[in-house]
Amino acid sequence: MSQITRKLLSGNEAVALGALHAGCALGVGYPGTPSTEILEAFSILKGNAEWAPNEKVAAEVALGVAFGESRALVTMKHVGLNVSQDLFFTASYSGVQGALVAIVADDPGMASSQNEQDTRSLAYAGGLPVLEPSDSQEAYDFTKLAFELSHRWQIPFIIRTTTRVAHSNTIVEYDEQSAKPRPKANFNRDISMRVMVPGHAKPAHKRLRQKFADMLKWNDEQGPNQIIEGKDKKLGIISSGIAFMHALEAAPEAGFFKVGFSNPMPVNKIKEFAAQYDRCIVIEEGDPYMTTLLRAAGANVEPREEKWRFGEFTVDRAKAQIAGDLSYETPVIKQKPPQLCKGCPHIFSFQPMADMGCIVAGDIGCYTLAAMKPISGMDMQICMGASIGMGLGLRKVLPEDQARKVVSVIGDSTFMHSGLTGLLEMVYNPPATGHVVVVVDNSTTAMTGQQEHPGTGRKLDHSPTNQVSIEAVAKAIGIQNVETFNPVRDNAKFSEYLKEKLATNELTLIVLRQPCILAAANLIKRNRGQ
Amino acid sequence: MKDKITNIRIAGLGGMGVLKASLILSELLFEEGHDVKKAEVHGMSQRGGSISSDVRFGKKVVSPMIPEGEVDFLVSLEPEWSDVHKVSMKDGGIVISPADFDASKLASAKAINVAALGVLSRHLDIPENRWLEVLEKFFPEKLHAANEAAFKLGRNS
Repeated sequence: MSQITRKLLSGNEAVALGALHAGCALGVGYPGTPSTEILEAFSILKGNAEWAPNEKVAAEVALGVAFGESRALVTMKHVGLNVSQDLFFTASYSGVQGALVAIVADDPGMASSQNEQDTRSLAYAGGLPVLEPSDSQEAYDFTKLAFELSHRWQIPFIIRTTTRVAHSNTIVEYDEQSAKPRPKANFNRDISMRVMVPGHAKPAHKRLRQKFADMLKWNDEQGPNQIIEGKDKKLGIISSGIAFMHALEAAPEAGFFKVGFSNPMPVNKIKEFAAQYDRCIVIEEGDPYMTTLLRAAGANVEPREEKWRFGEFTVDRAKAQIAGDLSYETPVIKQKPPQLCKGCPHIFSFQPMADMGCIVAGDIGCYTLAAMKPISGMDMQICMGASIGMGLGLRKVLPEDQARKVVSVIGDSTFMHSGLTGLLEMVYNPPATGHVVVVVDNSTTAMTGQQEHPGTGRKLDHSPTNQVSIEAVAKAIGIQNVETFNPVRDNAKFSEYLKEKLATNELTLIVLRQPCILAAANLIKRNRGQ
Repeated sequence: MKDKITNIRIAGLGGMGVLKASLILSELLFEEGHDVKKAEVHGMSQRGGSISSDVRFGKKVVSPMIPEGEVDFLVSLEPEWSDVHKVSMKDGGIVISPADFDASKLASAKAINVAALGVLSRHLDIPENRWLEVLEKFFPEKLHAANEAAFKLGRNS
């Protein structure tokens, strides 16, 4: 007996529910806006959810689950795919036996990111099939479908969401009875399928391309795509994801080909559709991914103006693209910029370095806001963990008076994510003037909403686990001087110590530990075990 | 051409309860049988920056984001920063702000979002008891009385 439940859910909550109903045995990822809430929701639904130290480790764990004939979900923001790309670009060759579904959440317009890369372009390069939901209902349906298709074709699937799918709430209808049990895990030895030495990888690459040919045929014939016939045959629009919703509202009379499965693209079906219309355009958020592939295939679609690559789509932008209005600009609404909270320990950590005129190689987290006025205390920030390597590079070429001012500053969660390899470089190839790394440890992943990490000693659901000590790791790697200060209470001592170490040629790591003020009350409760 | 969609934008600064208010509102509208879509941006905004959330309802909502010039109700929780959204309003749209009620009567300044929903409730055809039932779902029991008082302050102002 089927019984339909209706709920108003965010795209992220819908993905979590879909994974649960698809028999997903483990959800694993690293927090990143706009993807963070998926695993938190999965945990609340009693799914087995974990934060990994970073996206690559998360993907590795997930692949292990899938090699064990079970089902895994891995979640990340778009730039997390760069971190885990090494795994994915060969897991597409090896394939999977259970199922592996990666949710990659893009941030066009960069509400909370350092770039606006398009996951579809990476997935195309890596031979990874992609589904693109347009609302929470599809986020639920496509997640379930992705698990089925991943198992059917024995290949990792990517679901690409964007901010307005992940963080919009729309109505989802689902049947509780449709939930599948978790498959029984089992290991069947098949060395040639999973050990990707050249002799095995060469046939594996051919298998991958054969899977793509098979998936293309299926996608053309019965993929999760949708055609809406136009009132007349003047304008046809090809669209996907949230851009489809904006375009449909902008031009309700037009014909639509809504692409749900966008790699491999249902090119033949779209060509047939496009041939019926006088004029066809592609409305897509991000890269001209579909536009380029369709034009290369000789489809009747217009090239896209470069203007539409940048930023987030809206109904008004869709109208402007349809009208060919290149003068259209999304109205700029004056915004109060985000800032470090009043009393934030990062303010105390950065001020002395700014006062000393340090050249600060920074990293990703709330503390990146220290780059803004009034502190203006960070000179560079690129990607997770880069502070340490960039600082070392500067030290190696700058004249001594400048080199001695270089400090690398990294947060606790970012340090766990990708700071360790930077420390290895620091010990292995020390600059002549030494180096100083400052870990600003607020005991949580603050920026994304206070998630746990290996340094907090608590798991995703805040239950206790082993705790990794930053100081012990730094000493074990071979950093000469490792000191810890409270940046608020011991500010003068920290300043003095930093000044002293900048004058030596030694390697130093300073931990500035004071919990995030937003997290402080929660941390007290959790430490009491409540 | 299409059934009328009502567009509500709640705007303020991070930490003021903009997202909570839009979640309560959208859940209520959903339970009342409307199609509802809600869109917002999380992330950096929680550090005290500007934040806004769009709630759209009607028979069938397509885009979750309100097009330019179509905001029917602007709930402006921090007028110094959030009144800038007036440029996105429909002619004759209504602005709701803390100036509509006596905020000094609130037990906690944190309840400004709920009081503003009380003001908004006068414009939407939903019985008061339904608002109060949905409000209770989103707060721990110890805050129920304070939130009910805040809602009524707005509704009866």
